[in-house]
Amino acid sequence: MLRYDVVVIGGGPAGMAAAIAACDSGAKTLILERDVRLGGILNQCIHQGFGLHYFKEEMTGPEYAERFRKEVKKRDITVMTEAMALSLGADRTVTALSPDTGLVKVQAGAIVLAMGCRERTAGAIALPGTRPAGIYTAGMAQKLCNIDGYLVGKEVVILGSGDIGLIMARRMTTEGAKVKLVLELMPYSSGLKRNIVQCLDDYGIPIKYSHTITRVVGNPRVEGLYYAPVGADRKPVLSEEQYVSCDALLLSVGLIPENDLLNGLDVKMSAVTNGATVDENRMTSLEGVFSCGNVLHVHDLVDNVSEEAEIAGRAAARYSKGELPAGDSVSVSACDGVRYALPQRVNLGDGKVRLYFRVDNVYKDARLVVESGGNRLVGKKFQVLAPGEMGSVEIDRSAICGDVTVRLER
Amino acid sequence: MDRFDVTVIGGGIIGAAVLDRLSRYDLKALLLEKCDDVASFTTRANSGIVHAGYDCEPGTLKAKYNVLGNPLVWKEAEELDVPHLKCGSLVVAGEDGIDGLEALAKKAEANGVEVRILDREQTLKIEPNVADRIAYSLYAPSAGVVSPYQMAIGYADRAVTNGAKIILEAPVTAICKRDGDYILSTPKGEFATKIVINCAGANGAFINDLVGAEHYETTYRRGDYFVLDSTERKNISTVIFPLPTAAGKGILVAPTADGNVIYGPTAIDTTDSEDVASTLDSLDSLRASVPLTYKRPAFNKCIRVYSGLRTLIGHDFVIGRSQKTENFVMAIGICSPGLTSAPAIADDVLALALDGLNANKKKEFVTVMPRHKRLKELSDDELEQLVAEDNRWGRIVCRCEKVTEAEVVAAIRSPLPATTVDAVKRRCRAGMGRCQGGFCGTRVMQILSRELGVPLTEVKKGLGANIARYRVKEVE
Amino acid sequence: MNTICIMCPMGCGLTIERVGDEIKVSGNTCKRGEVYGQAEFTHPTRTVTTLVRLEGGGVASCKTALPVPKERISEVVAAIGKLTLSDDAKIGDRLTVGDGEFVFEIVITGTPSSC
Repeated sequence: MLRYDVVVIGGGPAGMAAAIAACDSGAKTLILERDVRLGGILNQCIHQGFGLHYFKEEMTGPEYAERFRKEVKKRDITVMTEAMALSLGADRTVTALSPDTGLVKVQAGAIVLAMGCRERTAGAIALPGTRPAGIYTAGMAQKLCNIDGYLVGKEVVILGSGDIGLIMARRMTTEGAKVKLVLELMPYSSGLKRNIVQCLDDYGIPIKYSHTITRVVGNPRVEGLYYAPVGADRKPVLSEEQYVSCDALLLSVGLIPENDLLNGLDVKMSAVTNGATVDENRMTSLEGVFSCGNVLHVHDLVDNVSEEAEIAGRAAARYSKGELPAGDSVSVSACDGVRYALPQRVNLGDGKVRLYFRVDNVYKDARLVVESGGNRLVGKKFQVLAPGEMGSVEIDRSAICGDVTVRLER
Repeated sequence: MDRFDVTVIGGGIIGAAVLDRLSRYDLKALLLEKCDDVASFTTRANSGIVHAGYDCEPGTLKAKYNVLGNPLVWKEAEELDVPHLKCGSLVVAGEDGIDGLEALAKKAEANGVEVRILDREQTLKIEPNVADRIAYSLYAPSAGVVSPYQMAIGYADRAVTNGAKIILEAPVTAICKRDGDYILSTPKGEFATKIVINCAGANGAFINDLVGAEHYETTYRRGDYFVLDSTERKNISTVIFPLPTAAGKGILVAPTADGNVIYGPTAIDTTDSEDVASTLDSLDSLRASVPLTYKRPAFNKCIRVYSGLRTLIGHDFVIGRSQKTENFVMAIGICSPGLTSAPAIADDVLALALDGLNANKKKEFVTVMPRHKRLKELSDDELEQLVAEDNRWGRIVCRCEKVTEAEVVAAIRSPLPATTVDAVKRRCRAGMGRCQGGFCGTRVMQILSRELGVPLTEVKKGLGANIARYRVKEVE
Repeated sequence: MNTICIMCPMGCGLTIERVGDEIKVSGNTCKRGEVYGQAEFTHPTRTVTTLVRLEGGGVASCKTALPVPKERISEVVAAIGKLTLSDDAKIGDRLTVGDGEFVFEIVITGTPSSC
């Protein structure tokens, strides 16, 4: 059995940042990465827009990953690639498998989960019609294009306006495909505003809000699809069905934290984020197991992932050395227009804690209110809040006098 | 032109099982399949239920073959190492349904099938998650589930191992008679054969017409299904049926042999022999029906929707020698319970084919196929050993289903080789999980490209359609 | 012209026009929107990211070293499409592309072997 102070599962942006922070806090650290190299999904995100907050410099995904890879290399961090964590024990043992090492069992002082997320599929949304070749998640099409160098089609429709879908609209166009239409079920985009403008508007790609697909046509290859506007109940109005031909349909209909490793373990999960619930150290309800990045909740900016992972990595190192105090905590819950707030628990103590939150609709001129035991800790006015953009506010822990609620006041 | 003693048209569960039987005899046996893998149409998209046989009309071929087939499926699934689970089945009903259950029990008695009528309390012991309104059930202990496509693939693999030949992508487009032989025309060439066995499923009547055998009117019934994440598997222990109606056995909730859960099928009558498109209405009706029998529907855990087509000729199977043209055997109109009936049908079809051929049973043939090694079923020691011999056992390709590169390669090198992404998926489950190939799809494509020696653009998802269509920088 | 401001999630709809010597932006709700609108009107530029072929058959990702005029994006992509680089290209490598009056520099951002 190998022994490490901190075992980080996943070597994407979250895993690398957590490992660096853990190592810098004096922990003997191991990264288990299932791919052939570190970097995770960043390696296939060749567009700009990474690092503006974290490095104060705009860079592409592979460049952002490279910065972190170099930092990992500089340190005494053990990296196992092509190493898939198969199981996790409540005693903080990890079993992993790789072609180089075979089965590896590791006893960890603390574990940082950084496995990222996966995309919702055509199956998950029960897409009606045929199930031919030509229908892929945007991320799979992105991987095939940017890493392998192949396009999945030339006449493309995109369902969902998540950021990967918008980015792929521009990528496919740049590489010579015609993106005919983007369909979004909701009346607003779940992607970043800059992606709507620079990926769709710049190229004259139309987006239809409050529309969805009613039927995919074609077998064995997609030939086209019917789509229709949706009513207030988000059900399609079939009398207004229209047809568009295409040879590829990309889906950008949501991301789901990939917490399969936690199945069977007694870890408290959030039904809203599909990640574990954590305290401000990003420790889950299972002692010594931390979670960060997209496996905890889906982020829109990698910069926030890096920051969150550093918190988890540092805390994991402290936990492994017995330096992370356990004490009383209060719960943090969200309501009135706030879909979730994270962390979901805050330990009592001093200093500031940043609460991250996501709203459930587009709100203009709303006040984000944080209350504790009847006291208002924060009342911050936002000109606009949108589901696609995570917000944050800082609270003073010494002011906490009971469970915390995060809500919108309009 | 290659000449065969017997040629089976159609590589669904029936054709594959028939070929398996033929392969044990000293004769040249061929199977022609129009798709690029066996089990590519009806067989890959059904409920996978091994029916007990209580609901078939006594005296029908369906009743006969279902009852004969049930124990054979359990035995042969073991021989072929195909996932199966003899978990029993329940037909559940509310207070007003006891008459219907008793009628079923009578049929069961006539068919010689063991069933018991249970009250609510007894029902809950078998399945705690039946809906609250359920007052009674009919329990059939001999029922269960099997992987339908792996069963057909298993038969095909065993047939090939025993010397039979399978030619894929060979739809029969014309049949004529010459010197006492049938000449079958396909895009893969012409084949001469003494005997033809029509197992062409949805195209069974078409093949009959090609040869001038009995003409049958065919209708089709489409059924849509939801496949649920394997995390739902713990919530169900048996197959749950509602009371059957004229449209069929109704919408069931069942574990799958591979560890998922399915809800379905709907029953949509159609005249289109290729209609496998699910519809909004049909999916909505599933959403409404499942809660009537099952307490814990979890549509939000859906990982896949699929549709299957059942081919109906009248009310029963059509099995026998043609009276209009000699040496032509039919096994068509095989709808539910076709999967359960397959081994028994195959035994009878074999006898019909052998009649008139002077063929002896081979002295040696394989009955028990080599076990498929699956990472999920290996002990730590076995895995260590395998990785030491071949490090591809240490490389996980499909992370949802935990499938290694070694298993993908084994699928590509099986007796009937997998040559497409879908064929690999059906054999080793890479891409069957919750990400539906989003992560492993490109890896499987690369392995296929390497093993088959073709560029990535030539790797097919299935049925001739490729995935990586254009090289970047080469798009017109 | 009309566009949407991308400086914050607000997404103000901007109308931009030339009034005499002045570029007038309306619809914005803050100063950043005005600056953005003026820039989009007078000289909209974008950093282009795309792929470049490698000799061995793979691809590397690249970006323009500086933002290029928006209307020249397709020229930029076409020029990069004509290149084939050696397989030992590395992240950070720079090369000059184009000829005559339109020359720009690209930076390699990712390669198959970067790890």
